[in-house]
Amino acid sequence: MVNLKEKSKKRKSIVWIVLSTFFMIATLSVLVYFLIFLIRNGINAISWDFITDIPRKNMTEGGIFPAIVGTFYVASLTVLISVPLGISAAIYLNEYASQSLIVRLIRLSIRNLSGVPSIVYGLFGLGIFAATLGLGTSLLSSALTLAIMSLPWVITASEEALKAVPNSFREAGLALGTTKWQTIRFLVLPYALPGMATGSVLALARAAGETAPIILTGAAFFLPHLPRSVNDRFMALPYHLYILATQHNRLDLVRPLAYGTALVLIAMVLLLNMIAIVLRYRARKKQEW
Amino acid sequence: MNESNREELKSRIKQDSHKQNLSNFFIEKIFLICGVLTIVFLGLIVWFLISKSWPAISEIGLREFLTKTRWMPSSPIQAGYGALSFIVSSILVTVGALIIGVPWGIFTAIFIAEVAPTRIKEVLKPVVEILGIIPSVVYGFIALLIIAPKVAQLFGLSNGLTALTGSVILAVMTLPTIVSITEDAIKSVPKDYREASYALGVGKWDTIIHVVLPAASSGILAAVMLGFGRAVGETMAVLMAAGNALNMPIKEIFNIPLPTLLQSVRTLTANIAIEGSDVPWGSLHYHSLFVVGLILFVITFIVNIIADLMLTKFQKVNKNG
Amino acid sequence: MDKRIIKVNDLSLWYGKTQALQNISLDIEENEITAIIGPSGCGKSTFLKTINRMVEIIPSVKIEGSIRLFDENIYDDSINLVNLRSIVGMVFQKPNPFPKSIYENVAYASKRHGIRDKAKLNEIVEKSLKQAALWDEVKGRLNESGFSLSGGQQQRLCVARALANEPQVILMDEPTSALDPIATGRLEELIQNLKNKYTVVIVTHNMQQAARLSDKTAFFLSGKMVEMDITNKIFTNPKNKKTEDYITGRFG
Ligand SMILES: Nc1ncnc2c1ncn2[C@@H]1O[C@H](COP(=O)(O)OP(=O)(O)OP(=O)(O)O)[C@@H](O)[C@H]1O
Ligand SMILES: [Mg+2]
Repeated sequence: MVNLKEKSKKRKSIVWIVLSTFFMIATLSVLVYFLIFLIRNGINAISWDFITDIPRKNMTEGGIFPAIVGTFYVASLTVLISVPLGISAAIYLNEYASQSLIVRLIRLSIRNLSGVPSIVYGLFGLGIFAATLGLGTSLLSSALTLAIMSLPWVITASEEALKAVPNSFREAGLALGTTKWQTIRFLVLPYALPGMATGSVLALARAAGETAPIILTGAAFFLPHLPRSVNDRFMALPYHLYILATQHNRLDLVRPLAYGTALVLIAMVLLLNMIAIVLRYRARKKQEW
Repeated sequence: MNESNREELKSRIKQDSHKQNLSNFFIEKIFLICGVLTIVFLGLIVWFLISKSWPAISEIGLREFLTKTRWMPSSPIQAGYGALSFIVSSILVTVGALIIGVPWGIFTAIFIAEVAPTRIKEVLKPVVEILGIIPSVVYGFIALLIIAPKVAQLFGLSNGLTALTGSVILAVMTLPTIVSITEDAIKSVPKDYREASYALGVGKWDTIIHVVLPAASSGILAAVMLGFGRAVGETMAVLMAAGNALNMPIKEIFNIPLPTLLQSVRTLTANIAIEGSDVPWGSLHYHSLFVVGLILFVITFIVNIIADLMLTKFQKVNKNG
Repeated sequence: MDKRIIKVNDLSLWYGKTQALQNISLDIEENEITAIIGPSGCGKSTFLKTINRMVEIIPSVKIEGSIRLFDENIYDDSINLVNLRSIVGMVFQKPNPFPKSIYENVAYASKRHGIRDKAKLNEIVEKSLKQAALWDEVKGRLNESGFSLSGGQQQRLCVARALANEPQVILMDEPTSALDPIATGRLEELIQNLKNKYTVVIVTHNMQQAARLSDKTAFFLSGKMVEMDITNKIFTNPKNKKTEDYITGRFG
């Protein structure tokens, strides 16, 4: 009797172990399969010309240089706007705020902003920046839209970085007769900076991979030149991939280019993430407290 | 200490600090403004969605949007503004994604939390996170080239771009969310629960099934809700995978209309992406796209609020426990 | 001349609704070491932090009564908080140097207070480190991190950091509790020497330490000051029964 019970118990635990192992392997296989698929098919398309040339012959030949540059521009501009704002908001929340109504509202807003679908940001950016404020569909409209979208990411990462700075630095600073701002400026920010940089690079990577918001606010199907100002439209890697994959009238002809674009895009995003990890790792190693 | 020294110290203590206080006050206010901007942005999003929707809602009526299925906003003869098929499609694709992704994610999380040795765990977590950093347009591309042909082949369809294809790719995309939050939830179940159970002679897996998972259930539910929010708001992958046909994903079997995953569908997000880039600004069509956006916003807002409540509840219960 | 540099009068303090200090009145004299003893949670640290108003960084704190420094009520609205905290320095329980060089640790406050002149800064750093009895040990490695020092050295660095402000009063909250006996001995020696120039208020759990170091001792119990007197008297002939119980270890 006892033996039987023991047996069924054992069987049950084996079922659970097998099931969870199976799904774990499934997760890993999918990731590996996707990556290998992209690399195997994309690697042949990649060449120096592919990276540095403009698209030619109705995009069936040539490279993706304007899309790379456009993505670089829009992601950089995004981070340039959202990082100062996000860090400042995080400083308020972590260094100044007490438990007031306004703080609760700010936190609620951040949580809600991070749940708004990217296409809704696109619609919003179209409505406010492009149409109402008259910026048109442009690099600036897209960057502003992406900046608002990435604000919650930057704030969350920055707050974490601030929280990691020991309170004893702040106490010691104030007790030495320096002002609150001096304490933040000289005893908190320098030590939160590596964490903030990590968060910003991650935000950059995510912004660079976003498509939906820029479709509505400024990404161009094809431009023979690079954007000359923030009021120009721009080509972007993710949008370019979307076009090559589904919108082109000769899908069969551009497929190799689409593979190449996908590989460049994912390599760029992974590279940025790796930079962020290295930044974090180096900061941790240097950290003395 | 002599008298003059004392007087000097006195005057230092009483030295006017207005200028210093004022500049610190302004610095604080600048940071406060940056924080308040998040409220402003959320408010602006809501206000823009509503005010830009309003012309369409007042002229056409919300009812047509929510109950009709004919979407022909640019038809010069008889325009139609029924967005019901988008709503149904969005929910269908999302539910399909969760049916696949939830067990997948939960078991993966169980593996990471309970089966994997610590050192492997530390490798697995960031590896799963890679799934979360792949841009959605790349997922769409993969769905188009890998999943769609498989679906077509498996179900004998001429075109593999169906709701199911969207669901499968969305399932993969929601995995990191579901895995990490579920794993957190399992991990943060208080140790006492387990120990009490072990002390009663209950085995490890019985404890996990009957004690740990129920204790983590509101956290896991939150993970599911967040996964729902993420999937329903996802644009590029469904846009590229699900075919975008304007129809209700309904099939009649023995005269009973049943939802089907094997049709081409167009979701709320996909419709905005398709029509939003070349719609004439200020037209009724333009405003009607904001109505679609508003519907999407309301759905995600509600889902995220529920997820939030679940997480708060989970954290509270665990604090007491 | 009045030797009483600090006069605490009827001081009460609340954290939210819970009262942590009740009607404390006591005087602290110049160039003396005043020890504050009492069981855990009796409000020693809280009291210490009211003297440089550091207690106010906790938002829920409410304070009544007054503390006079040179006969100026430091809780007056017109008080310059930054200058007050320069004049009333503080050393914390755990050594908490900044992750900066030894030099930068000591020069930190002076720089913030606008001293730019390199020679002047060098002078301040050297003088402070000498006073903190650390100069000989670190003079060749001023550019190394403060964290490269031992625990006892770190604590003396924190003393030097406070001394750079040329304070009048130094508050110390169990400064030796994180140190080994040898480092404790050296810090006690330092504190003894500090009294020639400064006024020291030290919180300690260690009664021998209070007996060894201090001129006056105040005994706190659940937010009230039970008794304050010349240290010798407190430890040999206390007036209050509760004080006697505590110092003879019969407490609780
Ligand atoms: N930040 C705070 N918020 C609320 N209550 C506090 C806070 N800090 C201290 N208290 C309470 O005030 C009382 C006095 O605390 P305090 O730290 O001054 O005691 P202490 O005598 O220094 O104790 P110890 O010897 O353990 O350091 C305690 O009951 C404590 O719980
Ligand atoms: Mg204390």
